[in-house]
Amino acid sequence: MIDYLFLTILLPLVGVLVNGFFGARLPKKLVAVIGCGTVGAAFLIGVSALIALARLPVAERSVELSLFEWMAAGDLRVHAALLFDPLSAVMLVVVSGIGLLIHVYSIGYMWKDSGFARYFTYLNLFIVSMLILILGNNFVVFYVGWELVGLCSYLLIGFWFHKPSAADAAKKAFIVNRVGDLGFALGIFAIFAVFGTVQFSEVFHAIREPVNGFVDGQNLLVLGAIAVLLFIGAMGKSAQIPLYVWLPDAMEGPTPVSALIHAATMVTAGVYMVARCHVLYELVPGVLAFVGVIGAVTAVLAASIALVQHDIKRVLAYSTISQLGYMFLGCGVGAYAAAIFHLMTHAFFKALLFLGSGSVIHSMEHAIRHAHGDADPQDMRNMGGLGRHMRITALTFVVGSAALAGVPFLSGFYSKEEILTSAWEGNRLLWGLGVAGAVMTAFYMTRQVLKTFFGKFRLGDDIEAGLHESAAVMTVPLLLLAVGAVGAGWIAKPLHVFLSPVFNSQEVIHGGVEAAAHGGGHGSLMVIAICAAFAGIAVGVALYAKASDRPTRLAAALEPVHRLLYNKYYVDEIYDRLMISQGHALSRFLANVFDAHFIDGVVNGVAKVVGGVGEVLKKCQTGYVRNYALTMAAGVVAILLYFLMR
Amino acid sequence: MNEYILSLIVFLPLLAALVLLFIDSKRAELIRAVGLVVALMTFVLSLSLPHHFVQGQKGFQFECLLLWIPQFSINYHVGIDGISLLLILLTTFITPLVLLASWTDIKDKVKAYIVCMLLLETGMIGVFVSLDLILFYVFWEAMLIPMYFLIGIWGGPRRVYAAVKFFIYTMVGSVLMLVAILVLYFAAQPEHTFDLIALTEIHPLTGWLGLIAFGAFALAFAIKVPMFPFHTWLPDAHVEAPTAGSVILAAVLLKMGTYGFLRFCLPLFPEASIACAPIISALAIIGIIYGALVAMAQTDIKKLVAYSSVSHLGFVMLGIFAFNMQGMSGSLLQMLNHGLSTGALFLIVGMIYERRHTRQIADFGGIARVVPVLTVCFLLATLSSIGLPGLNGFVGEFLILLGTFQVNPTYAIFATFGIVLGAAYMLRMFRSVMYGPLDKEENASLKDLNAREIAVLVPVILCMFWIGLYPKWFLSTMDASIQEVQGIVLRADHEGSNTTRQPLSGPAAPEVGPGGSFPVAVPPAPETGEPIAHLAPDDTSPPNATQDEGVGHRHRDATTNRIGEVTP
Repeated sequence: MIDYLFLTILLPLVGVLVNGFFGARLPKKLVAVIGCGTVGAAFLIGVSALIALARLPVAERSVELSLFEWMAAGDLRVHAALLFDPLSAVMLVVVSGIGLLIHVYSIGYMWKDSGFARYFTYLNLFIVSMLILILGNNFVVFYVGWELVGLCSYLLIGFWFHKPSAADAAKKAFIVNRVGDLGFALGIFAIFAVFGTVQFSEVFHAIREPVNGFVDGQNLLVLGAIAVLLFIGAMGKSAQIPLYVWLPDAMEGPTPVSALIHAATMVTAGVYMVARCHVLYELVPGVLAFVGVIGAVTAVLAASIALVQHDIKRVLAYSTISQLGYMFLGCGVGAYAAAIFHLMTHAFFKALLFLGSGSVIHSMEHAIRHAHGDADPQDMRNMGGLGRHMRITALTFVVGSAALAGVPFLSGFYSKEEILTSAWEGNRLLWGLGVAGAVMTAFYMTRQVLKTFFGKFRLGDDIEAGLHESAAVMTVPLLLLAVGAVGAGWIAKPLHVFLSPVFNSQEVIHGGVEAAAHGGGHGSLMVIAICAAFAGIAVGVALYAKASDRPTRLAAALEPVHRLLYNKYYVDEIYDRLMISQGHALSRFLANVFDAHFIDGVVNGVAKVVGGVGEVLKKCQTGYVRNYALTMAAGVVAILLYFLMR
Repeated sequence: MNEYILSLIVFLPLLAALVLLFIDSKRAELIRAVGLVVALMTFVLSLSLPHHFVQGQKGFQFECLLLWIPQFSINYHVGIDGISLLLILLTTFITPLVLLASWTDIKDKVKAYIVCMLLLETGMIGVFVSLDLILFYVFWEAMLIPMYFLIGIWGGPRRVYAAVKFFIYTMVGSVLMLVAILVLYFAAQPEHTFDLIALTEIHPLTGWLGLIAFGAFALAFAIKVPMFPFHTWLPDAHVEAPTAGSVILAAVLLKMGTYGFLRFCLPLFPEASIACAPIISALAIIGIIYGALVAMAQTDIKKLVAYSSVSHLGFVMLGIFAFNMQGMSGSLLQMLNHGLSTGALFLIVGMIYERRHTRQIADFGGIARVVPVLTVCFLLATLSSIGLPGLNGFVGEFLILLGTFQVNPTYAIFATFGIVLGAAYMLRMFRSVMYGPLDKEENASLKDLNAREIAVLVPVILCMFWIGLYPKWFLSTMDASIQEVQGIVLRADHEGSNTTRQPLSGPAAPEVGPGGSFPVAVPPAPETGEPIAHLAPDDTSPPNATQDEGVGHRHRDATTNRIGEVTP
């Protein structure tokens, strides 16, 4: 089955072409079947390939398949080639599986949209791009997928392009990602400069077994630079400080898109990259520590912003940034398998939460439109008590929230616990940040659940009458994801065993982690984590369980902090002041003053001088013979004088 | 047959132009049809070139040498290698598309217009096939005249200013080049010659004289490219030129400059090229960033695309003067890519202009709803222009930057900023024109592309995908020729360095490998006057070594060597 792995990319690509060219003329049902069917087939192939891989002896579980030679110049050879090992296998199954559920859900969500076929074209293209990224066997093919997911997010965020906010958010996402990609591209160039190849296996082999013993200090500096450059790319794609600003705006796209791209899969690309390149990061502990610090700080800052937001999707967006921070925290302390584990569990419960919020928004929109209101269907201040009208959505949303908050025995608990335990062994300060983030996570999720699904509906009976549960095509994916959100944590052990050949340098830490996850050596740490989760939940319940003015009073008491958080630390404003406005001013100066007046002025000036000299000389050419005779006579006299004086 | 096929391709449009003179100028449709058919015939004829072209063979093919003015040993000597072959194909590919695109655009003086276009095609192909410097110069100048008329007659309101500026600016450079050609001729011993192949072998000008002659050639080409700060004729010419003029100008005429560097400057003056590489690379980088920043502030779509050309051609120049295979191959590929993507952008801007008679970004907004097919084409051209993987622009830019990085990471870092800026100004324009609310009434009734316009754009878009997904044919067609040019430069570098220092590569001096000179750890050696110290030794290996061997093995060897080198 592994030999047919390219079909996982090719089939969704066929979907892109068919829906892209003919989708507008095909019946919607067929469009949906093509869109979901191709991804479903990719998922099935992925699963069977994973099984086939697991049947191979451990030492052979890394298969490379070359499709064709893509680029060749000098000693650079880039093959369009795939790498299938436990890491890419897990990613493949997670991405195509979650992707499939989101595709199915989208049928219901987007059914009435006029751009139905266009939507499925983009969605399939996204799966294609993400699979290229996951399966590429070298840095360049990886980079292709890396850029293409950026394109897909541009297209999907800007899906409703007539909305200025959507069009701007799309542009912002692409450009901020490009800033990160700049670093990543430079990293690839440096890798080629040092190793003379861009293929993962060859690069890592050269790092692992340098010919003349271990690499020396100067080399480490170079490798450190490469690791930092690659990580800059990850900061962009995985929305870490300071390049996270595009992700919250990205919710301008249709909600399933937020689930697919900005929660479950695309943003995980950076984590996958660091895990893939762990051999490189291992060698430069300074950079690895930097990764961990960025992750931990992002986890806390983003969680703190999520505490006070009112938009149901915005809370989830910041939560995503925060959880990605945890994954990088895990990478930073060397717990790559834990990071990938958290990536997987997060994919389940965050997709679930986004799709659940989509179901809520769908219903709210419908009810508001039905009652001719103009309230914001995404603002949690307009919700409340929805659980009575949408039981499945509410139930699954609560499950997802609990998993995210770290309630014991749900998936998020196991994966977060592993990361925190590893952080404890790596760096106590990072662990402290992680625990603080965990408290906030539990709080904002409790707040969200209580404000949305419990209490009294806040927009009045007219609108409340229009609320309804979503169709089965949307709720069935929710239920399936909820099963994953509950149970994905229970496969921790087989997952670690399966991944261990990839991260072989980390067996020691894994041992500790597994022990912790099963109540072993770090029992007290686990108690602390459980306490953190329940503390957050308790505060949330205390503030929001009953309608009261306690939250408002608290906000008023902490006015400066609240305003700072509510305005997201003013980061967007700072970027705008410092860079974007300055850049535009410089660009206007160059275009309208420097280029138009100075450079072109010199050109026209030279022309004028030549013309002016011509004007002057023209006066000599009078056409009168007497003038010429006079000049000639003067010349003769001058020459004579010269010879006489000599 | 092979001997005359090139001449046939060059002069077929000229012959057709002569025949057109005898057709009544009132029969516009017939004239247009003749023009299109001839351009298509030229294209089909030119397709026989890649068919018979032997890949991997050094030197020129389809050569033809006829005596022209034997007294001064001026000959009609034509021939092509992988470099010129690709550019000829670009020319013959673009010309019929442009004629088709301007079918309804040009209503005035149709006969003169078609004649100009055909003469222009002869001139352009002539430049690419000439192997005799005087012949080259004749075509180079001859090409100016029809372009001058294209801008001056069918152009916008300031067309006369733009046409004169274009003509005189280019002329200034070419006249100096003519002087340099004459200097080369008289310096050639034992027999004076204008022949490019002979001159490359004799290599008559070195030292100061070589530097000055290089300067004269370089100025002529730099104006044509155009490199910063010689670029200001370009936006004027583009804005005023009719769509067809802009497309030809961007797609082919600008390539004359970069082609000139590759074909003449590097082989004839390798020492001077090496010596001037830092200056030219610096100007190229300034051009990349400056062009992008200026493009960002434009309010006119066409002017924005024009400035984007300054930025893109900066990449091409940077790659050529990296003097390694990746950089130079990337540059040649990027010449084609720029021809396709910027050509497509100008075509699309022309189509929009034909509908709305404005090119101001502010006059549009939200038209993606009204013109879905145009939107798709525009989006693809935009993405190709900003170098999205899967489309052509990526392969070229990637190779250029990768090649540049091997030589000088600092250059590459600065140039890479151009890619971010490129995305910023192109997407900003695209967002303002196509996205957002449809708030102008006159845009609501815009017509989508008709069949003719689709027929113009589809071939270009297909080529974008071809180069983006499977550039192998293009890269292997150019490989031997690029290697030859690179070989000349490398040899000159060796000879220059033999007097002052150890040879660069080979087992004798393993410490100066690319790993060792990697300047994140070691600051780069001062550039001026020094031979380039960081040309990758692998690049000097013979061509078949890289072609036939298994990929894996070679790389593993290279890898271990490199790591070994840096370890004391």
